[in-house]
Amino acid sequence: MKTTYREALREAIRDAMNRDDRVFLMGEDVGSYGGCYAVSLGLLEEFGPERIRDTPLSESAFVGAGIGAALNGMRPIVEVMTVNFSLLALDQILNNAATLLHMSGGQFPVPVVIRMTTGAGRQLAAQHSHSLEGWYAHIPGLRVLAPATLEDARGMLWPALCDPDPVLIFEHNALYNLSGELADDAGPVDLTRAAVRRPGTDVTLITYGGSLAKTLTAADELAADGIDAEVIDLRTLRPLDADTFLESVRRTHRAVVVDEGWRSGSLSAEIAARIAEEALYELDAPVRRVCSAEVPIPYAKHLEEAALPQPASIAAAAREVVRGG
Amino acid sequence: MSSPEQWTHPEPDAAPAATAAKPTAEQVIAGLRATDEGGADLVQLLTPEGERVTHPDFDIDITPEELRGLYRDMVLIRRVDREANALQRKGQLGIWVPLLGQEAAQIGAGRAMRETDMAFPSYREHGIAWTRGINPTELLGIFRGTDQGTWDPVEKRFHPYTIVIGNQVLNAAGYAMGQKFDGRVGDDEGEATMCFFGDGATSQGDVHEGFVWAAVYDAPLVFFCQNNQWAISEPTERQSRLPLYQRARGYGFPGIRVDGNDVLATLAVTKWALDECRHGNGPILIEAFTYRMDAHTTSDDPTRYRLSDELEMWKLKDPIERVKVYLVRQQWADSEFFDGVEADADKLGEELREFCTNMPDPPAERIFSNVYAEGNPNLEAQRDEFLDYVSGFAGGEH
Repeated sequence: MKTTYREALREAIRDAMNRDDRVFLMGEDVGSYGGCYAVSLGLLEEFGPERIRDTPLSESAFVGAGIGAALNGMRPIVEVMTVNFSLLALDQILNNAATLLHMSGGQFPVPVVIRMTTGAGRQLAAQHSHSLEGWYAHIPGLRVLAPATLEDARGMLWPALCDPDPVLIFEHNALYNLSGELADDAGPVDLTRAAVRRPGTDVTLITYGGSLAKTLTAADELAADGIDAEVIDLRTLRPLDADTFLESVRRTHRAVVVDEGWRSGSLSAEIAARIAEEALYELDAPVRRVCSAEVPIPYAKHLEEAALPQPASIAAAAREVVRGG
Repeated sequence: MSSPEQWTHPEPDAAPAATAAKPTAEQVIAGLRATDEGGADLVQLLTPEGERVTHPDFDIDITPEELRGLYRDMVLIRRVDREANALQRKGQLGIWVPLLGQEAAQIGAGRAMRETDMAFPSYREHGIAWTRGINPTELLGIFRGTDQGTWDPVEKRFHPYTIVIGNQVLNAAGYAMGQKFDGRVGDDEGEATMCFFGDGATSQGDVHEGFVWAAVYDAPLVFFCQNNQWAISEPTERQSRLPLYQRARGYGFPGIRVDGNDVLATLAVTKWALDECRHGNGPILIEAFTYRMDAHTTSDDPTRYRLSDELEMWKLKDPIERVKVYLVRQQWADSEFFDGVEADADKLGEELREFCTNMPDPPAERIFSNVYAEGNPNLEAQRDEFLDYVSGFAGGEH
């Protein structure tokens, strides 16, 4: 079946709503507007205003209310318009969702799912282009997902709702129009493993989310140069499946990490550290990272593109680790 | 408001909210409609039909020249808005935030301010910018993506546009507290601050905290809420059970609802509120009851969530037409005046178009500018590496 990332997300919500009447969707403009990225278009008409709930413009309140509903046995899907706005709900996510199970001695699991758009590339300037999933991946108690394919857009929501712990799903804004074939019977996917999206032997390119497509493009460029790159999609940013990328690095002996977040103190730093801890003596070259420039994301289109990882910069880093620059 | 029921259910006879999962047709239509009646407390001095009316608490002496000035302001800023909207449609701006329909709210409020007063805008305040003496061409870079706003906020007494919903309310509260701590409040020479935000922002925690702080520190701050009925797709009833101006009571300061499509009433009420503040009686909340005649931004399509007959209804309350009718009826303006304003608008539109298409792209090193106030070796290394990479392309900067 031909579909898009957006439609796959919508189908996942529809499926979850049909499977379990404890599931509902809540957020800004999710109802008659159909969501700011049109993910929930048509769901209000299908499920009604009790299950597709438009909220006031109060991020802390609707994330907090979602946590409260989850504590009380519901299975809420909270949509935060973008990760930028989630900063207003950070206290609820960190101090409540991620800690209540522990602080209640195991009495209160928080099975809430919080979806949000992340990433730059739409000329939304410095306050609306953040890639902060790495921050959330720092927090014990959360599961953090980054669907980068149609299968994961379709399949990650239901297992996330089944997870007794709070789950954050980051949808990169560049992916919504991604189109392709999805199996008619596509359904829930495994959340515990990273995926090898392109097998290769010369270098391991480790990435996730919106950077996956760019990395695959870079791998094609490298293939034309005679470099056979393996591309790994992390899929779950916390807890990390390190085994998959460590196994790959032990075979290729070279690694490049591609992460749209800022370099210092980032998810890419964590992955490089894991490789250093577990596979340092397997490496034939230092690990390289391709990240966003450590600046507020630029506004002008050409500057924004220049500040983000791109296929050319990814391929250049891979050539450097393979051929020594 | 005599009984608690009336506080929680503005229409006492209305049926209780349905609980069926599937909405009825009536519920769907109700969700697509905003309020258009301002109610008995609406302060109005010029009706939509252009009739001058009086109000027991607020009135204003206006000369023909002053009213012609307000008319001119509104026509010109509407032209700026329409030109910029068209430039976005032609691909010359990344996005535009229309002010169509809110000209009176902004020109009335903006012209009530003195030069010494300070203003904190959101991102739709093109009319306020106009009254602060900011050339409309300076707004274009923000929406073309070439700069982040170029005016001097200290000189113009106009803070940069704030994109994050409601977060300027806290900054305005702090600024106004500073005016008070500095002793610049207390008599007719006092200063005041105005903070602009919308109906959707009133649901943000920041706005609540700003109300609390301004109240307990007696800050000379006029909270100016343009209730344009829609926060993207969400009507004001999704933000509040009560009319927004009534919220002020709970924080301990006055709240006034003014006809935001009436430039005279908005001017009168805002002048009063600023005077109260400069004498030390702030803060004050003004709810300017108006309507967003166009989309939330050029990325939005309002036909998805609201009815077109609502737009038709509000067209009859146009802020500019009523002034024109009054000017003509009073014989305060002739066709030569109106033609002159149109010619000025045409000229302004031409200037905007020309300026917009000639704006240079920012250079590559801009990416790394002003991240820190002073140098930073790590960032300088990243910058040098990046510029070296860019210079490797034919033709230098791409």
